[in-house]
Amino acid sequence: MFLSLSLICLTVAILLAQVNKMTATPIAEAKAMKLQGAISEVVPEFDNDPAAEAFTMATGQGDSLLVYPAKRGNEIVGYAMNSYTNNGFSGNIQLMVGFDMEHRIVNYAVLQHAETPGLGSKMGEWFRDEERPSRSVIGRDLSAGSLAVSNDGGDIDAITASTITSRAFLEAVNRAYAAYLKSMSEQSAIQTETTKQLPDREILTEQEGGASNE
Amino acid sequence: MNKNLKVLVNGIIKENPIFVLLLGMCPTLATTSSAINGMSMGLATMFVLVCSNAVISMLKNVIPDMVRIPAYIVVIATFVTIIEMVMNAYVPALADSLGIFIPLIVVNCIVLGRAESFASKNGVISSVFDGVGIGLGFTLALTLLGAVRELLGTGRIFSLGIYPEEFGSLIFVLAPGAFIALGYLIAIFNKLQRN
Repeated sequence: MFLSLSLICLTVAILLAQVNKMTATPIAEAKAMKLQGAISEVVPEFDNDPAAEAFTMATGQGDSLLVYPAKRGNEIVGYAMNSYTNNGFSGNIQLMVGFDMEHRIVNYAVLQHAETPGLGSKMGEWFRDEERPSRSVIGRDLSAGSLAVSNDGGDIDAITASTITSRAFLEAVNRAYAAYLKSMSEQSAIQTETTKQLPDREILTEQEGGASNE
Repeated sequence: MNKNLKVLVNGIIKENPIFVLLLGMCPTLATTSSAINGMSMGLATMFVLVCSNAVISMLKNVIPDMVRIPAYIVVIATFVTIIEMVMNAYVPALADSLGIFIPLIVVNCIVLGRAESFASKNGVISSVFDGVGIGLGFTLALTLLGAVRELLGTGRIFSLGIYPEEFGSLIFVLAPGAFIALGYLIAIFNKLQRN
């Protein structure tokens, strides 16, 4: 009795270990692809690997977000913030919100949610409707003040029959902005340090380029 | 062969797990918000059913009667874990939309029910046919329910537009619509079977 059950469990364990080994890389790749896709959707064009340079940044409200800096050359062109809210109609919502360097929202992507299909789940499209600027959050400058739905005195139309989801969505966007502000100030401090060293390197590469031309 | 065919048809019509046996209602109601979700849930369950039926009928003389339930569960859980890992690796979007219901196939009473009532008493080949039959019956029922809900709720079937979304009634995509649609489908199925 014990023997047969142990034998079954042993065979099963070996089998599962094999399958796990086989699928581990594709699973990791699929996850990385999803993240990469969401990042490139929400920030201006970049040529670095934002996922490799990700860092966490406090929002100043007792939590912190993952930040993916997008760089072209060595210049930061935008930040993708992995923001969240727990106040959705069905709890947690995960967003990727992208900002350029002028405090404007470039785009956003909904990473994970459990909102009602057909109502709250519309947030993936609703807040980027280019034909209706009163809904869209794209291009909004958050340094003018945080976003709010029109019921709360803001200027963004909430999703019809889904005000709770809309509030939660904007809360996540505002949270992203709080961490974005901090990342900006911190990064500019680092930037000034690196630019002090940068000129030498630039001169060096220019000389190399010149030599090859000759 | 004739007997196997009978077993196959039996699973689809006479002992259809959804419309006749009313087993596995939880994934049925929860995952059929669209036809494609219902179909993939059905196919995943069918894979588990066929594999576990085959293995259990092979092992039926090795497994002592006293530990048969744990042994069956281990076998079933293995195949569920395999399909979950494979789906995560190759169809991550689908795995996301089915979510927790893929691991929950382990506790789907259809799978354990067939192991206990069929595979443990029959040969490998007819057990495989039983798995395919019951699996197909489950898949067809879920796809049908998903298609009805998607059509009435959003005006689409398999994401193909039939009529504008504005005319759809949202309730069919939500939980109450699942109960209503399932009730009507069972009634229609019973009516057809009686004739």
